[in-house]
Amino acid sequence: MALELLGRKLGMTQIFLDNGDRVSVTVVETGPCVVVDKKTPQRDGYSAVQLGFEDKKAKHTSKPMLGHFGKAGVTPKRVLFEVRLSRQEAEPLEVGQEILCGETFESVEKVDVSGLTKGRGFTGVVRRWGFKEHGRSHGAHESFRHGGALSAGTYPGRIPRGKKMAGQYGHERVTTLGLRVERVDAERNLLFIRGGIPGHRNGLVRVRPSNRS
Amino acid sequence: MREIEKIGAEALRTDHPDFRPGDTVRVHVRIKEGDKERIQVFEGIVIARKRGGIHSTFTVRKISYGVGVERILPLHSPLIAKIEVKAQGRVRRSRLFYLRHLSGKAARIRNRLDQMRKPSS
Repeated sequence: MALELLGRKLGMTQIFLDNGDRVSVTVVETGPCVVVDKKTPQRDGYSAVQLGFEDKKAKHTSKPMLGHFGKAGVTPKRVLFEVRLSRQEAEPLEVGQEILCGETFESVEKVDVSGLTKGRGFTGVVRRWGFKEHGRSHGAHESFRHGGALSAGTYPGRIPRGKKMAGQYGHERVTTLGLRVERVDAERNLLFIRGGIPGHRNGLVRVRPSNRS
Repeated sequence: MREIEKIGAEALRTDHPDFRPGDTVRVHVRIKEGDKERIQVFEGIVIARKRGGIHSTFTVRKISYGVGVERILPLHSPLIAKIEVKAQGRVRRSRLFYLRHLSGKAARIRNRLDQMRKPSS
């Protein structure tokens, strides 16, 4: 259970490494996140920190939430999220403390990134599951992109649970594991992560140090 | 400009001279062999430039021992030590892929700076 930060995916670009290699990277504006609340086993039954990301105007904040932010002594935040931490890990964090991208990821080699993938709507089996299309010749018609048979007949007499069919594709939480951090820009809270990450531009993503090597 | 393009723009190199398709250039490329670094010169005709901020590349074609060789080089790469423009060519299109079908005298390119029209007498 390591500390996780929320970020905004700015998009992809390429950077040159010192040895001249070109690598494609996703730039994520990560943090700064502010500790808004701490959940303790005594009070809440579990241990976690509640973090806030990105300011919003007080006039766009409801009065109950203003009270919540006021108690922590922080400006109203657009997004609140919780990170489960063990009690020892949560101990040094104070309410109102700002957690920066630089110090969190400075010495981190790899990260895991989770986000909501791009929504693709109701999608057929060819695109969603990579089924093969049918041959188009020999008089075949109207079923080029269908999934074929669903199961056997009278025995078992039902469709197996989890059968791959057409349906909603995308807009689900996906975590990409073990992505290399190529560069950390502490000044502007930017993280340059090698390769792609889930979600659209300006989408919210959660970034945590990876335990994969 | 989107945020992401601004980030790319910081790494753009502004020390290259202007050059166009049709120009003959000498590109000084850094080559690493083990822990030694040396510079190799690749001289040829620019047959294409691909524009795209930090992603920009250009293609240089030369005939090496009778064999056509093309290199696609990232314009903003730190591996490019220097670009020298040897000659400015006059061409009428931006992609000179037709040069691949031509050889010898037919593959020559006129100089842009020469007088383009004969003086009317």
